[in-house]
Amino acid sequence: MPRGYTFPMLTRRALIASLAAAPAAAQVDLGFSDNGLRPTTSAFPQKSEMILQRSTPPLLETPMSVFDAHDFTPNDRFFVRWHYPFPTRINPAQHRLRVTGHVGRALNLSLADLARLPRVAVAAVNQCAGNGRGLFSPRVPGAQWANGAMGNALWEGVRLKDVLALAGVKAGAVAVRCSGLDAPAGEGAPDYAKSLPVDHALTDDVMIAWAMNGEPLPMLNGFPLRLVVPGWYSTYWVKMLDQIEVLDRPDDGYWMAKAYLQPANPLADIAPGAPAGPRVPVTTMRPRAFVTNIATGARLPTRAFTPVQGVALGGDHGVARVELSADGGASWLPVQLGPDHGRFAFRRFRGALALPPGRHTIWARATNAAGVAQPAAQNWNPSGYNRAGVDAVRVEIA
Amino acid sequence: MRLAPLALLLLIAAAPPSRPLAVDLPNDEGLLPERYGVSADAANGNCLGCHSAAMITAQPRLSRVQWAETIAKMRTVYGAPIDPADDAAILAWLLAD
Repeated sequence: MPRGYTFPMLTRRALIASLAAAPAAAQVDLGFSDNGLRPTTSAFPQKSEMILQRSTPPLLETPMSVFDAHDFTPNDRFFVRWHYPFPTRINPAQHRLRVTGHVGRALNLSLADLARLPRVAVAAVNQCAGNGRGLFSPRVPGAQWANGAMGNALWEGVRLKDVLALAGVKAGAVAVRCSGLDAPAGEGAPDYAKSLPVDHALTDDVMIAWAMNGEPLPMLNGFPLRLVVPGWYSTYWVKMLDQIEVLDRPDDGYWMAKAYLQPANPLADIAPGAPAGPRVPVTTMRPRAFVTNIATGARLPTRAFTPVQGVALGGDHGVARVELSADGGASWLPVQLGPDHGRFAFRRFRGALALPPGRHTIWARATNAAGVAQPAAQNWNPSGYNRAGVDAVRVEIA
Repeated sequence: MRLAPLALLLLIAAAPPSRPLAVDLPNDEGLLPERYGVSADAANGNCLGCHSAAMITAQPRLSRVQWAETIAKMRTVYGAPIDPADDAAILAWLLAD
């Protein structure tokens, strides 16, 4: 790694200023059945206030209030998830993307080489497969996220398929395996690598991005390059991308064959305690809606109409509608959808419910353009992936 | 709309980054604390080489079987050099929650 460059944010003056601005020892309650208190932190580089799930390797969660205020999640509030240590000094002029394997010619591309390909941009939600894991009942081990392991950004770069065309994918290719600069600390741990089926890798959707909301990727979000797989969970969005290998056989590596597997049904749903049964890799996301202006457990004043607003994603199709219910799903009220930034992006919404004094449970349900709706009953699996059901928000009107 | 219209793209198109970037990562979590008189020494000695303390303290209450499976996974999948002689002491601390 090149050395000797000091990032401006980390000057002593900037550090002191950020400490002075940060609230002292703030904590948030993520609303879990147990052990849901987390500190917030502004100590991470290029990030302002985030929910601290783990410092090393970093797991930083976005507070729901951020989604309440933005269609595009600001880079300095965008969630962070690393499995392994990663370099903290990178010179993009020296970064290379290698393309190897079942191709006509291997490539070793600089960012300048990539910049000569047609540029594309897409607004897309990046969501951890384990988003909401801490909300499952019964609880399951793993990163204990509430619903803030997600974000929406405008990603800019080039299409993966254009890079693969430069290399020439040979007949018989099966999968495209991507990996980045992160590496396990100890020997014997499997390098982090994820594969897309070759047919998916060659679609227009999948891209290699160097910019996020008009700026270079933050270091913690994958500087200088990351894969963007719209509609698919974040586990495929390989950060600090430096290697693409075209395989002529299925990827039998740990991160495809053993990890990030879900029960082989669309909701990834099994009964707690039931045998795991056949499992398949997590892939596409499901429609979900999140209330962002009312935290569960909140006490609100009596009003003729209580405003309910939030954000929805459609998964691998656009958001068609969001509806609210305060009677356990017996009746549903439509909401007003916000600006449409494309089928893979967040869609904010706002509506209102007439809630008399007393305790209420608010449901927000998203339905996507393929007609897939969130189930009222929460799905469950022992890895806490693919949370898809309606998230209840309990309020007391006083 | 899958791709931004060209006019929009020209306005917002960002060139690839050219400036080097260097950051420092904080870790102020420190060691795992003693719990109800049960020492965290074995957990501190074996568990914090790959991840900081919050990975453990953020977990829900897990059963002895779940924690034993977790220790086994760290050892066999991630190659963590956990001394088998410490397993009992690590488990005792994990379960003293």
